[in-house]
Amino acid sequence: MREIANWALNVATMRGASYADARIVSQRSRALTTKNGKVGSASDSESTGVSVRVLADGAWGFAASEHLSRSGVEATAARAVEIARASAQVKQEDVRLAPEKPVTAEWTTPHTIDPFSISVEQNIALLLNIDSELRSVAGVTLAETNLNFNREEQWFVSSEGSAIHQTKYSAGAGYTAYAFAGNEIQKRSYPNSYGGQWQNKGYELIEELQLVQNARRIAEEAVALHRADQCPEGTFDIILDSSQLGLQIHESIGHPIELDRVLGMEANFAGTSFLTLDKLRKLRYGSEMVNVVADARQEHGPGLGTFGFDDEGVPAQCTPIITNGLFTGYLSSRETAHTIGENRSGGTLRAEGWNRLPMIRMTNISLLPGTKPLTLEQLIAATDHGILMQTNRSWSIDDKRYNFQFGCEIGWEIKYGKRVLMVKNPSYSGITTEFWNSLDAICSRDEWTLWGTPNCGKGQPQQVMGTGHGAAPSRFRNIKVGSAYKGS
Amino acid sequence: MLTKDQAGDIFERIRKLSTADETEVLISGGRFALTRFANNTIHQNVEDENHVVSVRTVFGGRTARAFTNKFDDDSLRRVVASSENLARVQHPDPDLLPMPDSREADGNADKGVRATQSPSRHFAETASITPQLRADGVKKIVDVAEKHKLTTAGIFSSSESVEGILNSRGLSKWHTQTLAEVSITMLADDSSGWQKANSPDVTNLDPHFLAEVAAKKTIDSAHPAEIPAGKYTVILEPAAVLDIVGFMFWDYSGVAILDQRSFLTGRIGSQLFGEHITIWDDVTHSLQTGCPFDGEGMQRQTLPLVEKGIVQRVVYARATAERMKRSEEKDKVGPIAPTGHGFALPNEMGEMPLNVVFATPQDPQTLSQMIAATERGVLVTRLWYIREVDPYEKIVTGMTRDGTFLVQDGQLRRGVRNFRFNQSLVHLLSNVEAMSVPVRASGEESFDMVVPAMKIRDFNFTEVTKF
Repeated sequence: MREIANWALNVATMRGASYADARIVSQRSRALTTKNGKVGSASDSESTGVSVRVLADGAWGFAASEHLSRSGVEATAARAVEIARASAQVKQEDVRLAPEKPVTAEWTTPHTIDPFSISVEQNIALLLNIDSELRSVAGVTLAETNLNFNREEQWFVSSEGSAIHQTKYSAGAGYTAYAFAGNEIQKRSYPNSYGGQWQNKGYELIEELQLVQNARRIAEEAVALHRADQCPEGTFDIILDSSQLGLQIHESIGHPIELDRVLGMEANFAGTSFLTLDKLRKLRYGSEMVNVVADARQEHGPGLGTFGFDDEGVPAQCTPIITNGLFTGYLSSRETAHTIGENRSGGTLRAEGWNRLPMIRMTNISLLPGTKPLTLEQLIAATDHGILMQTNRSWSIDDKRYNFQFGCEIGWEIKYGKRVLMVKNPSYSGITTEFWNSLDAICSRDEWTLWGTPNCGKGQPQQVMGTGHGAAPSRFRNIKVGSAYKGS
Repeated sequence: MLTKDQAGDIFERIRKLSTADETEVLISGGRFALTRFANNTIHQNVEDENHVVSVRTVFGGRTARAFTNKFDDDSLRRVVASSENLARVQHPDPDLLPMPDSREADGNADKGVRATQSPSRHFAETASITPQLRADGVKKIVDVAEKHKLTTAGIFSSSESVEGILNSRGLSKWHTQTLAEVSITMLADDSSGWQKANSPDVTNLDPHFLAEVAAKKTIDSAHPAEIPAGKYTVILEPAAVLDIVGFMFWDYSGVAILDQRSFLTGRIGSQLFGEHITIWDDVTHSLQTGCPFDGEGMQRQTLPLVEKGIVQRVVYARATAERMKRSEEKDKVGPIAPTGHGFALPNEMGEMPLNVVFATPQDPQTLSQMIAATERGVLVTRLWYIREVDPYEKIVTGMTRDGTFLVQDGQLRRGVRNFRFNQSLVHLLSNVEAMSVPVRASGEESFDMVVPAMKIRDFNFTEVTKF
């Protein structure tokens, strides 16, 4: 494969490219779902192709093809140069790339059990077992489960001499119980909503999740929500569970720190960011206890943003994003690093597959756990009056990432340090920096989970990427609750 | 680009490899190119060619699908084996029907619907767009931005695509299409404006005109004022209408009713919306795009979803229609028959309408007329990040974006800061006071539709953001 990729580099260089890289990617995936006692879908997928990214006349060109014959690869490279020359006709200045030392490397996601080695029968039996548990609870009207495995092998070569062979595995699993009654649909999901938990692991993730063991409780909660009171509207202290906080981090920290958004490159679609360059190392993003990192290294954990090298050959790194509440870093690439005075990329450029252009994507954007021992139950015990919210149900944020609103599947009213009442349809809203400055307690490492968000959309054409978000349950003071249901 | 003959050859090779009772092949793909600009510069410029073959096999009521983008003998052998291996280990599904033959797929199963041919959606001028032509189009947009001292970001894309389905019962269908699209955001220090359009025929697009409209919105909305959240009369431009109403069409599905996850459960046949709301699904409409057959090869039928505010029916894949006929819901859901809206099997979602067309109102009004007749309200160019809050009351939340204006005493007064809304779609379509002639509109939150601009009373803005 490396030889095939080199065909592309040779042609691009001969045609006048000042820089070129080529990626050959081979992807394999398996997706299984069940619904109400039957297999909903069962599919296997394979896709292989090559892409060539070049700089010519100071501008970018990118072409990709399914054809891996010598003539096909060389034609793709020539096309990339032709496209770059067209780009150069509408530019303000030449693209500048931060230097990066060429490397020759191999990297593979650490995993114990190759997920594709587990039989389909075993996978379907697991899902049907969960389904049976969910539907054994009277009042459950719909049960859905899913199991997903991915393997992506990539050969990356660049005209600067890099040659990187990287193989990544990921797995995901989850389920949802729905209960329809009267004029209301309620649901509960496990371990998280919208596909469950995802990590860069093998089948061992599925074994760790205790899927069957939690099914009945989840189903009972879905039904019980119909008897619960509506979540009150007003200003409350709230405690977010770690999965909801993971999404809160994704939307109100992860996206605004993407340097391409900050520089206006996403203005037509995903939007821009309130984090203009003048705010670096000056903005108080959150309270003193807020420490957030962008960490793609394996030592951070098996997140969907963990890798050896990004898709322009830059090694995985850890960048401090918020340090003791102060905004200290962006997600950057070789093209954008100079705009923040850095002489090296932060290593965050990733592509959905062989036929998509790499772009700045979140790696693992994680809120570090509290340093003092604190469990969720201790945090609840230390809360006079508040609402605990668990598992995301809806999420929305404006195109500069200021105003957000989240809904959760289930809430619990806390009074005098105890959960006293289940509440339905909990929601909260706020302004990003005001919200993070209201944080006054974070549970410690034992409560910290590295969640996977497998469905982050960005770019034109849109690309879907997996990102990781570590979080422990945390408390926020004086938050607006319940406006989602006000007057609608 | 893969041709119909090549697709036929691939199918024959797969059929010889298959040991299944029945075999179906879906083929899709083509060439796609997109020139992306920001800060008055082309900063991304991409092109790719890819075709995917998927094979569905059936063994005694058990079915599964496998995909590949390689058509050599080894790859086809592997994809057939993957599909068969996945199918064989499943439990038989009593609801799985034999694959349709051509006669069934082309037949009009529901005699109450229109059957018309889709117009050609392949245009040579669109198929032959080069990187140079896209750069020329972007240059025109950047020239407008620079003339007004603005910066611009957006895309100019073009594609040529194929979709085909062939099965072992002799069904063979093929569709080719082109599409060109321009989307433009103009930006100033504290304001922005946006326009987007697409068409199978690139000659229908006018990047210069779209750029001027987006620039005017940016200039007119400069220095936005903050006005309080609350209930307002709003005038939603067509792109804003499609992005918000798009969230209800997943529910116009037989499977959604059977799953009890549709907001139409128990409401079909009732006066759910205002009397002037009539909605069709019509793949043959001259402003629509897309493939005239569904994931099993069934001809997409033209049918009314809502007439004068009353929900008439939902759409059905073949198996869903059979299940519905046996269900307790069968007498509460209107006509039950396959309508050609099914997704490729196997799937959990069943079907949905994808070619939504709002009927022209009796007394259409232009956007200017709506503004002139508004004492106080808000004009919305575009909505953003819409998500469902409540699935049965169909409350959705989201933000305004890129051109939000205060209307007062019949005139656009000034730009205002963007709002968050929490709005029931049932109430929204009951509170429509005026509509324009429907147009083809394109947004970012939903699929393209033929929709009017709408003037709506009591639209529920719940918060204001910082810009």
